[in-house]
Parts: sequence; C-alpha cells; structure tokens
Amino acid sequence: MLDSKIPAGKLEEKWVDYKGHCKLVNPANKRKLEIIIVGTGLAGASAAAALGELGYKVKAFCFQDSPRRAHSIAAQGGINAAKNYQNDGDSVFRLFYDTVKGGDYRAREANVHRLAEVSVNIIDQCVAQGVPFAREYGGLLNNRSFGGTQVKRTFYAAGQTGQQLLIGAYQALERQVALGNVTMYSRHEMLDVVMVEGKARGIIARNLVNGELERHFGHAVLLCTGGYGNVFYLSTNAMGSNVTAAWKAHKKGATFANPCFTQIHPTCIPVSGDHQSKLTLMSESLRNDGRIWVPKQKGDKRKANDIPEEERDYYLERRYPAFGNLVPRDVASRAAKERCDAGYGVGTTGQAVYLDFKFNLINKYGKTEAGKLGIENPDIETLMRLGKEVVKEEYGNLFDMYEKITGENPYEVPMRIYPAVHYTMGGLWVDYELMTNVKGLYCLGEANFSDHGANRLGASALMQGLADGYFVIPYTIGNYLADEIATKPIPTSHEAFEQTEKAVADRINTLMNIKGKQTVESFHKRLGKIMWEKCGMARNAQGLQEAITEIQNLKKEFWSDVRIPGSIGEMNPELDKAGRVADFIELGELMCKDALNRNESCGGHFREESQTAEGEAERKDDEFAYVAAWEYAGESNWNLHKEELKFEVAKPTQRSYK
Amino acid sequence: MKWSELFTSSIGKKWVMALTGLFLIIFLIVHAGINACIWANDGGVMFNKAAHFMGSTVVIRIAEIGLFLGIFLHIIQGLMLEFQNRSKRKKGYEVPMGNKGSKWYSRSMGLLGTILLLFFILHWWHFWVPARFIGHEELTEIEINGVHMHNMYNLMQYTFQELWVVIAYVIACISLCWHLIHGFQSAFRTVGVSNSKYMALIQNVGIGYSIIISLAFAMMPVSMYLGWV
Amino acid sequence: MEHYNMNLTLKVWRQKNASDSGKFETYPVKNISSEMSFLEMIDVLNEELISEGKDPIAFDHDCREGICGACSMYINGRPHGPWHANTTCQLHMRAYKDGDTVVIEPWRANSFPVIKDLVVDRSAFDRIIQAGGYISVNTGNAVDANAIAINKDNADAAFAAAACIGCGACVAACKNSSALLFVSAKVSHLALLPQGNPERKTRAMNMVAQMDKEGFGSCTNTGACEAVCPKEISIENIARLNREYMMAGASADK
Repeated sequence: MLDSKIPAGKLEEKWVDYKGHCKLVNPANKRKLEIIIVGTGLAGASAAAALGELGYKVKAFCFQDSPRRAHSIAAQGGINAAKNYQNDGDSVFRLFYDTVKGGDYRAREANVHRLAEVSVNIIDQCVAQGVPFAREYGGLLNNRSFGGTQVKRTFYAAGQTGQQLLIGAYQALERQVALGNVTMYSRHEMLDVVMVEGKARGIIARNLVNGELERHFGHAVLLCTGGYGNVFYLSTNAMGSNVTAAWKAHKKGATFANPCFTQIHPTCIPVSGDHQSKLTLMSESLRNDGRIWVPKQKGDKRKANDIPEEERDYYLERRYPAFGNLVPRDVASRAAKERCDAGYGVGTTGQAVYLDFKFNLINKYGKTEAGKLGIENPDIETLMRLGKEVVKEEYGNLFDMYEKITGENPYEVPMRIYPAVHYTMGGLWVDYELMTNVKGLYCLGEANFSDHGANRLGASALMQGLADGYFVIPYTIGNYLADEIATKPIPTSHEAFEQTEKAVADRINTLMNIKGKQTVESFHKRLGKIMWEKCGMARNAQGLQEAITEIQNLKKEFWSDVRIPGSIGEMNPELDKAGRVADFIELGELMCKDALNRNESCGGHFREESQTAEGEAERKDDEFAYVAAWEYAGESNWNLHKEELKFEVAKPTQRSYK
Repeated sequence: MKWSELFTSSIGKKWVMALTGLFLIIFLIVHAGINACIWANDGGVMFNKAAHFMGSTVVIRIAEIGLFLGIFLHIIQGLMLEFQNRSKRKKGYEVPMGNKGSKWYSRSMGLLGTILLLFFILHWWHFWVPARFIGHEELTEIEINGVHMHNMYNLMQYTFQELWVVIAYVIACISLCWHLIHGFQSAFRTVGVSNSKYMALIQNVGIGYSIIISLAFAMMPVSMYLGWV
Repeated sequence: MEHYNMNLTLKVWRQKNASDSGKFETYPVKNISSEMSFLEMIDVLNEELISEGKDPIAFDHDCREGICGACSMYINGRPHGPWHANTTCQLHMRAYKDGDTVVIEPWRANSFPVIKDLVVDRSAFDRIIQAGGYISVNTGNAVDANAIAINKDNADAAFAAAACIGCGACVAACKNSSALLFVSAKVSHLALLPQGNPERKTRAMNMVAQMDKEGFGSCTNTGACEAVCPKEISIENIARLNREYMMAGASADK
C-alpha cells in the first residue's frame, strides 16, 4: 500500500535525476489547473507563491486573520544551509548526515539528502526577497552554531528568523495575490477533504467570520498545516495550531506516520501555574552562550547567584564532554528531566534548571570586546557591561521576552528553563513527491513526517518548510498534474461536495446540540495532562495503556457533556476550538498506540523499557527501522503499515555525543 | 505621480504643509528682524526705514504674493487635513490616549493654527490693511533723509495702547510658539530628514527658534504698552 | 518575583457583529495571579462566562509570544496596555494591583471595522502589501546569497524596520488613524537593501496610494505610533518614506 517512490540511482543523484525526468505541464495548461493550499506558514506560503509564479490557479486558506500570522513566524534561532561560508568543513553530505543521525535513523535518506541539497537555494532565494539575515562588518552573511552539529551553518536574523523568513514568503504570496494567480481566503478553516473517484478534489472550508460552509474545488490539495503539539495543551505552538486538517485527511484514507514522535524542546520558560495557556520557547541558540546547571546538593533553596561555582553541577558538560551544552534537543531535555526527577530541580516548582550566561558574558564576549577596545586588566563589571552589549545584539529580544514573562533580568540572574513540547516529527505519511497515499493530496512542512525522523535538529524546521514549498513541490506536483490536464473543474454541486458538506454540517450541529456542562478548554487541559504524563518525555507500556483508556473515556465525556456557547452562524471561537479539541482527542489515542507499538527508544521517543545501563536511549534497529504508518479503520481502530527504512549511505550507529 | 497628487495623496499634502511651513518659518525671521528695529531706541527711525524698504521694493512686493499664497495654502490644506483626519475614526475611544505617546501641542496643530488664523485677521486689520489700502489717522507721513514714508512706528504705538490688543497678541505668540515647536521638526521629517544625528540637532534648533521668535514678537506689544520704547 | 492575587473590574467592549452598535459591559474578575498574562486573565473570565451560559469575549490572539501580531486590545487608553515595546499577549498582570479598573476596547479606525467584540478586520494591511510590499523575484531566480555584500548598518536598519508584526497598534494610537508607520517600515526595509532597489519608486508610490484608498488618515508626525509600537519601529522610517515618495513622484514620467 505504501510506495515511497524513491528514485533509483545513487543518493546524491536521485533528485537531479528526478527533476530531469519528471513530467512537465505546459504554461497554457497550468492556467487551467487549480490547486488548493491549506495553511500559509513557511511551507504553505512558499508553495502558494512558487506555484502561483508557475501559473497555476491557487487558492490559499488560513484560519488567522492574515497569512502573515502563521506560527512559523515564532521560530527564533535560525535556518540551516550547507553553504560552508565559514570554511569549517560543512557540505551537503554533512548536513544530510547530521540530519539523519540527529533524527536517530528514522528518516528517509533520499528525502533528507534532497533537503540538504536545496538548503543552499533557500538562502539565495530568501536574500533575494529581502530577508535581512545577520551580516558581518564586511557585508557578508553571518552564521551561528546550533545544537547537534559541530559546524556553523545556521543563518539567522537576531532571534526572529522565522518571522523574517515568513514575511519573505508572505510578501511573495501577496505579490501573487496582486497578480491574480493566488486567491487568499483568511479566517477560513478547512473541515474536510472532498474525494471524487479516489482522488482529492477539493475541500469544505468554514468561514470563521459568519460560520458558513464553503465548497472549493482543486485538481490537487496541499496541506501545509503545521504540527499537532497542542495535543499536549501546553506547548510552544500558537493557540490556534491544530491537527484538524491533517486529521480529516487521515480519516479520508491518508495514513498518519510516526504520530508519537514529538520533540520536547529543552529550553522553555517553566510553567508557573494552572492558569498557564501556553509555553514560551527560549531559542536553542542560547545554549551556545549559556551553561546549563543545577545545584550539586539536592533541594538546594539558595538563590542561584549565592551558590558557589564548585557546588554547581554542569550536568551536560559532565555527561557529554564532546558536545557539552550543544547536545541535540532530545538528549538535553531528558537530561533536564532526569535531574529534576532526582530532586535537583530549581525554582518554586522544582521543575526547572538554570541556563546561565554569566560565564560567557565575561569570558567569551567581555574579554574579546575589552581586547578590541584595548582595555587592560578590565574588572568584572566592565567585562559584564561589554559582554551584555554583544549578547543584546544577538538575543536582545529573547532576554526582554524572558523578563516580561518572569519579571527577572536574565543578564543578572540565570534563566530558569524546562523542556516543553515544541515540534512534532510525525505527520501524514508522504512519498518522495510529498503526496500522501491519497492521490492528489499532498502534505508539506511540519504536517508531514518525512525529514526529521525521530528527532529534529535545531534550525531544520524552517529549512524543511521552505524546501518543500519553494523547491520540491513545484517539480513533484507537475508529475501528477501532467495527467490531469484533461480533467475539467468539477462543479461544487457534485454529489461528493454535497455529501461531504452535509457530514461537516452534521458534526457541527451535533457538537452544538450537546449543550453539556464542561467547557472545551477544560477537556483540552485534561487531554494535555494525560498526554504529558503518560506520552511525554518518557513513556512505558503500562502508562500508555492507561492513557489509551483514559482518552477513550475522555472522548465519551466530551461528546456527551461539552458546552459550546453561541450559535453556528456567527463568529464563534469556542465552536472552532471544540472541533479542534475533538480531533486532538482522537489523535491522542493514536499517538499512545504508536508509542506503545514502538518498543524502543529513539530520538524524542523514550521508552523506559529500552535504555542502556547508563540510562541512555537504546534504539532497536533490527525491530523498528521502519516508518509506522497508521491507516484509520473506524472508531479507535487503526491498521499499521510499515515502510522499511534502508540506510545505504548513513549507516546507523548508536548516537553518541560523549 | 500627477501634479494633483501633491494635493490629494496623504504624503503630497504633508509636503505642501512642510514646504509652506518652512517658507513661513523663514518669513518669520525676516519679519521679526525688521520689527526688532523698534528697539533701536531712535524714535522708530530705523524701523520705519526698514518697513519702507519692505513696502517699496518691487522684488519684495512680488515675494509678498508668494507669501500670501503660502499662507493660504498652509491654512486651507491644514484645515482640510484636520477635518479629513478627524473623519477617519468615526467611533472614538472611551478612554482617550491623551499624552501617552504624543505631546498635546502635536495633536493640537489644528487648534493652534486656527487661533493664529484669527490673530492674522486682527493683525492684518491693524497694520497691513491700513498701510496698503485704506490708511489710518495715526499712520502719518514722515520724511527721513529726504524720503517720504509711512510712520508705521506711530501706528504701532497707537495700536498697542489698548490692553486687550496686547493680551490678544501675547496669546497669539504663545500659540505660535507651540505651533512652531511641533511644526519646525515636523517639516524637516516630512521633507525626509531621517538621520537621527541631524534630527536631534533640528529638534533643538527648532525649540530655540520657536521660543526666540515667539518671545521677540510677544515683547513688541508689551514693550510698547509698558512704554519701554 | 513576589507574586500576589488581585480582584479587578473589567469594562469590555461587546459587539455581536459588524452591524451591531455595541456597548460596554462590566465584569468583576477575582483571584487573578500577578504571574498570569493579560490574555490568560481574559481566558479565566471567558471560562466563567461560558459556565454562566453567556457569550465569551471574542479577541484575536495566536502565538502569545509577541510575534504574530494578532492580539490587539486597547487597554486603559493605550494600544497593547501600559508596558513599553510590548504586545497585549506579553502584558502580565504584575502591571496591575488589587482594585484596579481596566477598560478594554478594540482598535478604532474606519479602516479597521469591528467584526465582533475586540476583533477587528485588518485586511487593509494585506492589501497595502499587495500594492508593492515585496521584491519581485520568482523562485529559482536568485544569485548566490553572498554575491552582493550589504553594508551592515543598512542591513541592521532594514532588519529593524522589518521587525514590524503588522498588529496595527500604530493606527490605533494615531489621532489621524494613519498607517504610515506600517507602510514606511515596509518601504524602508526594502529600500535599504540593494535587492529592493529596482522597484523602489513604484513601491513607495503604490503602497501610499493603496493606504490612502483604504481610508487611513494622513500622518502629522505626532509620534504616538512610535511610542506604542511593540517592536519599537522608529518614525525615522516615516521620514524615509516621505523622501522616497517625493523622489519617486518628482522623477516619475507622468
């Protein structure tokens, strides 16, 4: 059932070869072909722009009030590219290798290599669009290093790289809107895929301003709807980020791959109380300049600055001397959890560790700047002041954000951080062409499963989103649409549209008519708690089985006791949220099933049953070197399909960052 | 860009306001400079000579047309801007923003300008209309170095014997000062000075200019009323 | 940080839809932690309203980390509330003390019509970008990223202008409802980069024309926009746009 369509030939020639042989659609025919794109983050906006430029008739949808608000905008640290501008030994192969290794050998080699190849084009394209990346005094681009790698290949724009890249893509998208190639539907949410004769031929979307359902035809449908981290309720995702589009596609036959692969990001601002609605990330790039520690003494209640140097445990540097504070995210997160669980955590909740900048403020930046200024034997205050100025330019906005949220000044006292759900590597299964197993239905960016395996390296999400949108889909979609040029637009009065819309309307009516007692938010919180405790940073069979039962019960309760105020025919954010939470509940169950099935530890998925004597994750390549693609088979029921992963170039080894 | 867009586009209108404003700023220096001659303590000789020069030189008479054009453009455009801008927010705020972010005088250019317009009418009626058209019994003829001219000094002394006139002039000068403090730097921003080094300079010069010019003008009626000259 | 709890009185603008005339409603909120964000405080109120069978307050919000630009509340007479360089979602309740009254209004401008309660329609901003807020470069056309060196000061200034999140606080704060800070930030961002040079003139003229068409007012340099901008976009950008616009207009052929 799953054909990954990986081209034959040598790894580094596959993409070139594919591009040389895929079918093309001539310009006159492109104008007759309509493409629906759902989501306008990096993947969606770049795809809409690129396909609009090619001459296809594009309709783009987003639930926000403007395409510029998609959550890609919040990415902070940077975007990787194998440019080797730093002359430090980087190459396409190394980026490919780091990504496969960082993903703990659960990604597809061919996809990852293609990603590394096009990474260089992304930077060129973005600079041409006017993305203001950080530069050196000589006017050329600057790079920083990021977790999980030993080269400096990350391009950045202060702590707002995602924003700048998204604005670039958004501007390209708006240009196509102005040229009439793209029609933009904002404040619209996709609620189902319309299937005609086994192919995706359109969507049902709800206008979130007046509540009306709309039918839209497309020769192909692209889902670029991001990740599903909000299944945990608290995550670094935006409040509106949801799985609904992908989940509807899943229920229409698209398999969902590796749903349990969730990235828990090590550096987030810790939870402060029950009222918390979301978690805020502090860019991983801070780990370049901050040192992570906890007190050596259990339950030490002294203030951070009162704990002397010799009583601090720099546990990452201790456990992983080669990579130190720059180990990949999954490793850093688990190490923080291990310390906190063992009773060494800091802050009022004990669920936090320190990220301390003082050492580098003084020694790395302060001394360099003092040297530049010719200050001899500078005192600590001078070094701190000079260091602060440099750090301010690099991450000023992050430090300000931290201070606004916590009321503490991170230049003076160490940041308190704790891991939080950040990214989901799992997603709809796609083949090499980014098509799901449903014909004509594509999935790009974080919403698909393809490039990051079981763990994503920092600064790779932006790379993947833009690679898929700008440089992959424009080729691969032609290969499908070339055979569709004879297909006339299907009128939306077609019975398939009729029936799908009716099903969507029925579901909304059912939700509204429950008229129960509990709010949508309260269900979401309960789901999040189950997921975080039993399908979070560490998982075991017993917990997962319990979680599945609990989620099934929660689902029954939701569908019998949820209260949604207002009515259907108006702007009703609670109704929108109810639909999303209903889908999250179903997804949560599948995630637990997948986590239960994968009885190994790999990347972000840590099964307590599968660890080494030292407590490190233990991967089982002989049993689990496959993509777990789940096919929906009715309520609480899924069929597992396995796509074997073959590693011909990057031979699996146990990951070691020691 | 069509020429008409100077008067129809939002930035075009700003430019008209700024250019006419800068022109008026220069005019005020000339005006204040000439009037300052009253303080020469020579019974108005120097002042009358200067006033006569202004009134009798062809080039300056032509420039006067430009001046009036400038003033009227500034007034009409300013009033139109004020009314158009006010119509852009039909439903206002319950809690106004007040001084959280901007100065009261920056927001009150329309009001300050209107006070100045009313003052101009009074001012023209006092001096310009008598001198140019209808004459005045206190506007006597005098002869200095063989040249016949109006004794404007005398008219000034006469006019500023009335307390209410002096008060009106002083109020107008206070309005002028605030109008200029915003207008001076705003005009430079509008014509595109975006360099912060120059902008800082312009702001300080603007405040100095506004205070000196307004103070100079205000002191004229006061000096005459109190008999200092 | 010391934390404390507080009781507040909220006066919130309620409007069912675009055609409703709308009015203020007063709500007491109790036991609000100083560690909550402002929007979390509204969440708490909304949960209560739903339990009481009332309609919750609709407001735009998404990322809740100060970067998407969705949140847009005019709080006690200031867009995004009392803190400097801040968005509503990043405002925390430490800013208030027990017994305070907080008045919450939507952005007000004819060009930002209210959709519901505190939600306004800011699509005018998208249309202004469509008028020229981009560099026309098709995918795949680009030269190597390091082919053109860019003076660091210009790159930094372009970045500072590009930091705009399109929230519309500048319009909300301006007594003229002018969008010039928004427009000038985009024009400056692209005019400061060599890549933006070919379309420099048409961009300035077309974006300003679109802004006027959308019904925003004319800037009078009061500086209120700069004072409330969450990303501290400078009004130097407005001066730059004024210059760009006039240079473009003066040198245009017709």
